[in-house]
Amino acid sequence: MDETSENLIEIHDLKYSRGPRPIFEGMNLTIKRGEITALMGPSGTGKTTLLRLITRQLIPQQGVIYVNGVDISKLNVRELYEMRQRFGMLFQNGALLTDISVFENVAFPLREHTKLTNRLIRHVVLTKLHAVGLRGAADMMPSELSGGMARRVALARAMVMDPDIVIYDEPFVGLDPISMGVIVRLVRKMNDALGITSIIVSHDVAEVSTVADRSFLISDGKVAASGSPDELRTAKSELVRQFMHGMADGPVAFHFQAPGYEEQLLGRDTE
Amino acid sequence: MKKPLLDIYNALFEFVRTFGAFQIFFLRLLKNSPEILFTRFRLVVAQVFNAGGLSLVIIMVCGLFVGGVLGLQGFSNLARFNAEDSVGVFAAYGLIKELGPVITALLFAGRAGTSLASEIGLMKATDQLSAMEMMAVNPVGRVLVPRFLGGVISMPLLTAVFSAIGLLGAHLVAVNLLGVDVGAFWQQMQNALDFEDVNEGIIKSVVFGVVASHIAVWEGYNAIPTAEGVGRATTRTVVNTAIAVLVFDFMITAAMI
Repeated sequence: MDETSENLIEIHDLKYSRGPRPIFEGMNLTIKRGEITALMGPSGTGKTTLLRLITRQLIPQQGVIYVNGVDISKLNVRELYEMRQRFGMLFQNGALLTDISVFENVAFPLREHTKLTNRLIRHVVLTKLHAVGLRGAADMMPSELSGGMARRVALARAMVMDPDIVIYDEPFVGLDPISMGVIVRLVRKMNDALGITSIIVSHDVAEVSTVADRSFLISDGKVAASGSPDELRTAKSELVRQFMHGMADGPVAFHFQAPGYEEQLLGRDTE
Repeated sequence: MKKPLLDIYNALFEFVRTFGAFQIFFLRLLKNSPEILFTRFRLVVAQVFNAGGLSLVIIMVCGLFVGGVLGLQGFSNLARFNAEDSVGVFAAYGLIKELGPVITALLFAGRAGTSLASEIGLMKATDQLSAMEMMAVNPVGRVLVPRFLGGVISMPLLTAVFSAIGLLGAHLVAVNLLGVDVGAFWQQMQNALDFEDVNEGIIKSVVFGVVASHIAVWEGYNAIPTAEGVGRATTRTVVNTAIAVLVFDFMITAAMI
């Protein structure tokens, strides 16, 4: 795989555990260049952990992750930081720096990594803020923004270095329908207009289905199913059906492991 | 191995491991400090203002009253030996060598140390530090070192202010209130105090600045990223700084006598 390969990210035989609990057991996954890929799965399946592994915030115990043809476990700190400059990441809560303004938040990567003049930085930042509809909020502080606005500012910040890959960690959580619609459209528009590759981690089947080109359903440390949203929706697998249609019980049990209900109510489990 | 013994072994192992990590973290701060001081001087100045400038009022108020107490105690006790004119010397020794650095460090832990620890802890809890990592910016250099240096630079300055205001407090009480001769107050102080005495206070304030800032930054950076975790980190900052300052105070005093 090289920089012109169709696959931007390849994960081979990934194993990662947290303490005694295995998170991934031999996972294989490929993310194609220029597509919007969704990583879905029940809570606790390690979707965010997978993002952290792809960006090498965590290191796998076994397996290889290639990004743009490079085994990221072999990068030194300088090379890792160079690679991360080609990533944009939208955190679940925005993760804006609270002690600087919206403008400075978006300008932050430019000030850190480029020698652009203040005039040029102003131009770029205002362009990005305009794209997310928040040029008028440039002088506000993050504490003055609503959740949806904060996420849009974070999106502008993730885009400001014109990255190759943008990663969205639960971008739709806690948003009202209007903000959610805005974010969904922005994800699609930015992906197509800038030719980037997007990875979305989300539970939100309905919203993800409208925007993703390809979805992976992760369960029990492996990829349980993959395909276009339509393919997943019509899949026969019980797990996929339970997840895609939001059924309370199925292969993923509604009840956490516990002693028998009657036994516990009658206090027999402690005898 | 029996369970109590195993618990003691595990606790000891954990203590040694944490202490080692604490020292390595200190070396990381030191290693990054010269570069940050030259390349991000404005960030350091901002943190000197945050840690030092915003602590000034509390330091001045406390300094005034501690000086006043020294004036009162000095006068009433020295009067037994007809030596009340030496109250200036008494206050100066107490403030410059001991109370100035120690009380300033304790107040710093309560005002600036807690603020540093909770700020860094909350930055961690809200993914701001991870976001920096993802933007290829090292949070140690961008967030931790400027705050550490801000504290280290602030402490000697705050100590100087505390001692100066304390002497003013002692003067107000002893001279203006109790009628000690103003000439005797200052002249005896000038004759008795050596540069070495002042030096001791300066050394203590620098060491306390390093200790207090290191603990605050460490606790914040290693806080469990929850509301409870940040709260605990803040509490530990005050308690550990107080203990460390008093231990170091004893060691430096013993070394310089």
